[in-house]
Formats: sequence, structure tokens, C-alpha cells
Amino acid sequence: MRSEGRFGSFGGYYVSELLLPCLEELEAAWLDARDDPAFTAEVAHELAHFAGRPTPLDPARALSERVGCRVYLKREDLLHGGAHKTNNTIGQALLARRMNKRHLIAETGAGQHGVACAMAGARLGLDVTIFMGRKDMERQRPNVQRMRLFGAEVVPVDQGSASLKAAINEAMRYWTAHLSDTFYVFGTAAGPHPYPSLVRDLQRVIGDEIRAQLLEAEGRLPSAVLACVGGGSNAIGAFTAFLDDPEVRLIGAEPGGEGIASGRHGATLTAGTSGCLHGAISLVLQDEHGQIRESHSISAGLDYPGVGPEHAHLSEIGRATYLPVTDAQALDALRWLARHEGILCALESAHAVALAMELPFDPSDVVVINVSGRGDKDLEHLEAAS
Amino acid sequence: MSARLEALMRDTDHGLFMPFLVAGDPDFETSLALAGALVESGADILELGFPFSDPVADGPIIQAADARALAAGTTPERAFELLAALHARHDRPMVLLMYFNLILQYGVERFYARARDVGVDAVLVADLPIEMAGKVVAAANAAGVAPVFIASAVSTDARLARVAEVGRGFVYTVAHLGVTGVRDEVDGGLDAVFARVARTTRLPALAGFGISTPQHVRRVVEAGAAGAIVGSALVRTIEEHPHDRDAALAAMYAAAAPLAEAAHNTTRKPC
Repeated sequence: MRSEGRFGSFGGYYVSELLLPCLEELEAAWLDARDDPAFTAEVAHELAHFAGRPTPLDPARALSERVGCRVYLKREDLLHGGAHKTNNTIGQALLARRMNKRHLIAETGAGQHGVACAMAGARLGLDVTIFMGRKDMERQRPNVQRMRLFGAEVVPVDQGSASLKAAINEAMRYWTAHLSDTFYVFGTAAGPHPYPSLVRDLQRVIGDEIRAQLLEAEGRLPSAVLACVGGGSNAIGAFTAFLDDPEVRLIGAEPGGEGIASGRHGATLTAGTSGCLHGAISLVLQDEHGQIRESHSISAGLDYPGVGPEHAHLSEIGRATYLPVTDAQALDALRWLARHEGILCALESAHAVALAMELPFDPSDVVVINVSGRGDKDLEHLEAAS
Repeated sequence: MSARLEALMRDTDHGLFMPFLVAGDPDFETSLALAGALVESGADILELGFPFSDPVADGPIIQAADARALAAGTTPERAFELLAALHARHDRPMVLLMYFNLILQYGVERFYARARDVGVDAVLVADLPIEMAGKVVAAANAAGVAPVFIASAVSTDARLARVAEVGRGFVYTVAHLGVTGVRDEVDGGLDAVFARVARTTRLPALAGFGISTPQHVRRVVEAGAAGAIVGSALVRTIEEHPHDRDAALAAMYAAAAPLAEAAHNTTRKPC
């Protein structure tokens, strides 16, 4: 490997020796592709024509009133597929094709990453296999149907929590056994190097657009950018363009589940400790012996006991702040946004909306919330919760 | 400790049998008795894994064993107690298979010192490639415990050279790419792997992953391995006899004895 993939004391690549040649090949291919104008033009073309970029930066009148300052919504919910995940899967699928890997595999929690992979595979003529916890297959049925419609095989995972963590375990096992023709499309900015950097590079388009669009609309940078954080890909995508602007506050909303004190949550940055999970050192939810705990969140996409190593680093150095939002707060925010802005956001994104409603802002502030996805997938769940 | 392991491999001209169990599977006492059955059936070296919640390098049989051991309350400290009891009873060389987070949380130096104290000769960390292993290798060497690394058909020459430089004890050579498990065939590319390992390192090679029958054992020793590691094929006998310790012990002995015999009756390739 050309880099150790460290973010301060976090990151690295802690995987079976068998995966090393594959990660080395991936790192080299990405460094090469990233600097190839033909490749970046291809990614930009697909993002514009297939996925619908740029997404709007939407001045939200009612929410501005509620929060007490100007609030803009970055509408990743309008991206093809219904979430920011498409930015990543288009890039990785094009990279897979460039590396002559014909078979994409991926894990999925809420199903958004699985859907985005299945779409990209169908678009580029690649085979797709998605590993998904059986519990998640039940709570996100429409996404399972969509993946199958795009021609993907969806493999149910029964081990452990039967949710995202177990799906990642299974995808990693399958990958180890099928290295030569298989490309693992990791869904979030976590996992072993080079994935945290690769996914961040593909998602940073969100923040780059926010920056340009807000300069256009307001002639200034935002006071704060808010995003939800599970593994952390939409948040790192929204934050990266502003890392060198200390006046821009970067705020992540973590899944507080039933409250930190209840122990039933997925708030890794708030309540986690340094540990090694899924190929990287980061903050993880674990017991005193290092066994990984089960996380809990009403939103499947945030239901993960780990987090991307760059977020752990940004938290440690104080560049970004991460705060928990409970299931109930997220549900309220989702309903409020639907009723007052006419936007049905994903339960995941509703965590960021709820946090914006909670935090004190100055009337002169300009706040951007990344609406990472749309909430159609959560309808059945919403009914059950009411 | 690692010197004892190296001497065993150097001074034996037949294949060695290294069975694997998860410490505490299905419970402390049965696990101890099962390890005893393995020694009686001819195990030359015992390999034990500490149970972990997310064993990504292992297939379904070992995953289930980890879950049983955790459910029975096997903490790392309890696993060390099991090793100490084994060491006192049997005095066979012992190798540990670990996932890195358990070592990290125990404290790297403290872990290796404790491992040495309970009689551990070598430790392989399944999710720790050489580049990430600096601190672990230093702690292992300071404790006199051999740091073991993996070689496989996909290892580049540059990576094998690093294994030769940093690894001690033996090279854990993967006979079948993928996770651990039971398979019909071991891979065809074996001879080439052992030839490359022999060319790049002076360490003996033990073969693991997918080895489940006496024929597999003979095949890997003939291909150049100093011995064969068998895990899933033995661990599944525990799964098959969930509530009957005597039956599990008898099944373990019956499964292990032919594997040991196959190893002991196969002459090793001269180095």
C-alpha cells in the first residue's frame, strides 16, 4: 500500500492477509483513475445525466422560521435512487469496470446503498450481489423489491443482529473467497483503507456543490453544515469542502435510539471507545473485553456500532461536533418537515433536521442541512410507529 | 516458548497435526476435555481461538463456535485460564488465533505477557497484516511469543519476504482461498505456494483453511507443509453433539485420530 490510510490515531487496514493484494490493487487503481481526466469526465457525465446532479440547495422557508435563521436543505433526496448513495456507487462501479471486475458485491442496511449498487450495476452491465440482514429485509421491503427489479441477487444474512454489521461480515467473507473477479462496493466512508478515502472522494461532490450554490445565493459560506452520521458517508461528503474553513461549524447527528442512558442506540462518536472493527481503528460500541455490541436505531441506515475513522478523528481534534438525536426526535422532525415543507425525508436525514431544530443559532446564521435521502422507504415503518 | 515450537518442527521428519478449537466452546469444562481428547488422539500442537463477536475471517462453523463460547461467558481472561489449565495438564505447544480488537482492549503488552505466562508459543492475529503489526510484533518478541503471519497463493513475493523477515515460529499457509471451513478439495496451486514459501523463508509452513480429511492432510504434507491445521471439521462435531459431553468427546476423538495418523504417517519433504 502506498498509504497507511491514517486519520490521526484512527483508520489503517486491519484485514486478513488474503485481502491485502486486493486492497493494494484497489488503492493503485483509484489513485490512477482519480487523476485521469477521461475517468473523472465519465463519472461527471453519469452523475449529471443518469443521477441528476447537481441537486438543489433549497431555501426552506418554514424551517428557517422554526430554527430562527436562514436554513437551506441540500436535496440529496432528489438524486436518482433517492439518496446520496448513488454518488458513491456510480464512481465505484466505473472503477470496477476499469479494473475488469465484472461482479459487484455490497452490504446494505436500509437498502439505499444496495439499491444504488443494483442501479449502477444495471447501468454498466455488471452482475450485482447484495448482502442484507434479514431483519433489515423485513423493515425495508420496497428496497428489496427495487434491487431485484434492477437484476441484483439479494442474499439474506441471519447471523448476529441480522442487520448492517452482520451484512458487512458476510460481504467481507464472500469477497475473501472470490477475489479475482469481485469488486466490493463499500457503502460508507468506513472499513479498511482505501475505502474511507475513496468513498469520501466520491461523496465530496455534495459539499463542493453546497459551497458553490451558497456562495451564489448568499455570497458567503455557511455558519454550520449538519448531516446525519451512521457510517458517515453523507456527512463526510458534506463536510470535506469546508474542513479548511474553521468558521464553518460541522455538526453530525448520531442515532441516539432510545437515549444514550438506555444503552439502546448507535451513537458511536458520543458513547463509543477506540477499537478495531471491519478493517479500521475507529470509535466503536463495545464491551470492556472488545466484543462489539449490537447497536439500535429506528433508522436502519444508522444502525451500526462503528463509524468512519475520519469522523472519529474530526471529533477528537474538535473540528466537527457530533450529538445524539433520539428515535422519537427523528420521527417528529420527519413529520414536521413533511407537513411544513412538503418534503418526505428519510428517517436517517430526519436526525439532522431534528438537531437543527434543537440547537441555538443566531438570526444572522446561515445553516445547511444535508437531506441525505427520501423517506418513501420508511412509510410502512412510520405507520407502525404511530 | 517459540524455540520449543521451532525445535519440534525442525526435529520431526513426519507431518505434524495441529487441531483448532475455540476456547470455551461449548463451555469451559467441555472445552478443556475436548482439548484433552485431541492430545490423546495425537495432536502435536494445539491451536485455540479466543471467541470474538465478529470473526470475519471465519466460516459458519467457527462463527457458531464463537457464539457458543461467548454465550457460555468466555471472556479473554477466562480463555487464558483455560490455556493455563491445558498447559498444566498436557504441555503441548500452543498457538493462539486472535482477532485484533481483543488484544487491543486487553492491552497489547499485557496480552503477550499473559500469553507467555500461560504457556503460549505463538500467536496469529487474523485481521492484522504485517504493515499494521509493528507494536504487536515488538510485544510478542519481548514476551518470547512467536508472531505468526499468513501466506497464500495471492501473496506477492514482496509480501512473502516481509513474512520471512518479521514472522517467527512458522508460516500459516492458506491451502484454500477464502474463510475457514470444510471443503471437498484443497486447492491445486498448493505445490507452488509451498515452493515459494520455502524459497523465501526458513520458517516451516503449516497448512490451514479447508483441510478436513486424512487425504487433505497427506496432500499438504506431501506438498511441503510441516503439518496440517484442521479446525472446522473438528469443531462441527461439537455442534453435532450439543448436550452430551461424552458423545462429543468420543466424536472428537474419532474425528481427530485418523487426521493425526495421516500426518504422522506422511514423510515430510526435506527442506
